[in-house]
Amino acid sequence: MPQMNMVQAINDALRVAMKKDDRIVVLGEDVGKVGGVFRVTAGLYDEFGDDRVIDTPLSEGGIVGAAIGMALYGMVPVPEIQFADFIWPAYDQIVSELAKYRYRSGGEYPCKMVIRTPVGGGIRGGHYHSQHPEAHFIHVAGLKVVCPSNPYDAKGMLLAALADPDPVLYFEPKRIYRAAKGDVPEGEYTVPLESASVAREGRDVTVIAYGAMLYEALDAAERAAQEGVDCEVIDLRTLWPVDIRAIEASVEKTGRLVVVHEAPRTCGFGAELVSLVVERVFFHLQAPPRRVTGFDTPFPYTLEMEYLPLSHRILPALLETARA
Amino acid sequence: MSPAREHAVELLRQMVLVRRFEEKCAELYGLGKIRGFLHLYVGEEAVAAGVLAALGPDDNVLATYREHGQALLRGVPPGAVMAEMFGRANGCSRGRGGSMHLFDVERRFHGGHAIVGGGLPVAVGLALADTHLGRAGVTACFFGDGATAEGEFHESLNLAALWRLPVLFVCENNLYAMGTALERHQAVPDLAAKPPTYGIPTERVDGMDVLAVEDAARRAVERMRATPGPAFLEVRTYRFRAHSMYDAELYRDKAEVKRWAEERDPIRLLDDDLRRRGWLDADARAALERGVEQLVRDAVAEAEAGPLEPVEDLERDVLA
Repeated sequence: MPQMNMVQAINDALRVAMKKDDRIVVLGEDVGKVGGVFRVTAGLYDEFGDDRVIDTPLSEGGIVGAAIGMALYGMVPVPEIQFADFIWPAYDQIVSELAKYRYRSGGEYPCKMVIRTPVGGGIRGGHYHSQHPEAHFIHVAGLKVVCPSNPYDAKGMLLAALADPDPVLYFEPKRIYRAAKGDVPEGEYTVPLESASVAREGRDVTVIAYGAMLYEALDAAERAAQEGVDCEVIDLRTLWPVDIRAIEASVEKTGRLVVVHEAPRTCGFGAELVSLVVERVFFHLQAPPRRVTGFDTPFPYTLEMEYLPLSHRILPALLETARA
Repeated sequence: MSPAREHAVELLRQMVLVRRFEEKCAELYGLGKIRGFLHLYVGEEAVAAGVLAALGPDDNVLATYREHGQALLRGVPPGAVMAEMFGRANGCSRGRGGSMHLFDVERRFHGGHAIVGGGLPVAVGLALADTHLGRAGVTACFFGDGATAEGEFHESLNLAALWRLPVLFVCENNLYAMGTALERHQAVPDLAAKPPTYGIPTERVDGMDVLAVEDAARRAVERMRATPGPAFLEVRTYRFRAHSMYDAELYRDKAEVKRWAEERDPIRLLDDDLRRRGWLDADARAALERGVEQLVRDAVAEAEAGPLEPVEDLERDVLA
């Protein structure tokens, strides 16, 4: 089985899907001749031609809007937003048009597409090349949001998203684009959406993480183990609709919960996850749930490693929760 | 009856249908049968009638939140449109959209768009799909003068021109972005000056003259079918009623409205024209009116008879 990094796995998924289904069209800024700023679409332009890999102007609202029009025809567009930080000019199209087409047309117009976009900090990107904006989209009914953490899931989840009838935002954690490597099967396979995975089994504390922060959570869990605290780390994979059963099952076992995410704390996705757990398995809880997150600031440049919820910030939360 | 005469009478009938439908909507709004926001097309009927006459069944139509006229004249049954206004499950969007969100897949009527400018990029996408799939259709996209100040307007003109897509941009310039007059919202109020900067062939047309609108639309559509690329019509029109049912119209003189309604009413102008040509006598005109009234009555009856969406459906169609 070939070894791939995230970039190669996503590229491979696009190639496999585009070979099989000519309704799939990739469009975005520099996705064609350049092959994408992170090289995720490299080679596709030469292989599939300029009418299936479309270079666009810097026009995010136009990119997503044009993708919606194509989706209304039953095509399967895969718009790329070069950085998630650039998605806001398209937010109107995503929120007002894409997310609501099916609902407001009484089911007449499904709007199937996969919007790919790199997310997250840790690459010295500063304010506008680092954000992790899942909460803004999870809050909008009508969208699915996914964020794989390894090459196997990245390929399998992208193929699942391309087969899914709903609009999917596919977040690519760019800090681990090349750092995360692993075996990736050739050809076609899917990792079902809406299924979390247990990245590390444990008895004492449930830790929920996703994307690049999964590795920080795993590192913290190893260090906690040296202090006698056995953590279970859940890789959420699909953020919404969330695999709540997997979370419940883990919290029922551990009675303790820590949620980790890069995005700012207030009204972040962690708030929703904690609420869900409190509502559903409150009587299993033995300690207050905790969040380890980014700060309520714009994404910082110089202090980004202080901002991110890295292992050294997760560890005390695990130990305190275990001992509370 | 000659084809030209028959066609002109049919355009009159269409405009009268929209006018009477809208007047009925206003009445029903007063009775509380239609709720929420309601934007009437009274005064602007010639725009939809003229442009849609130039399209075929394979073409696409997108419109704004003031889209009852486009829906009706695209062939969405009046009963399904009225039921949608009532929020009934037999409405064309199953009662979930209401006045501003009329849809009909079969007739390629791609909505009512309540976000100003929001439909333009979608129109670009429909035309991109047509081009990609090798279909012959063109996409007519209606929007108001207010939309020309939105970023999506400029993005869409650029993309359509850059990719030579068959989008017919139809700017329904009624001189007001809700309550803000054109010269108060545009640095360059000459809207027809903008699309040529994107290389888009543009024509300005009198939106109160339905035959002139149709001619201009036909020219544009024929050119688009022959040579790939967008076209732009600035259709000068005027809204005789308030922006919506909540608008006290403090931004324009009553005398201005009266002048337009008396001198430039598109229905009266065509009526006069047909009378002068001897193409429509008083009896035939009265029969036309009766036929339209019957259609509107039937539409209301159909709406009244429809069921409300059941509460179990609240969360249906959010996701598949």
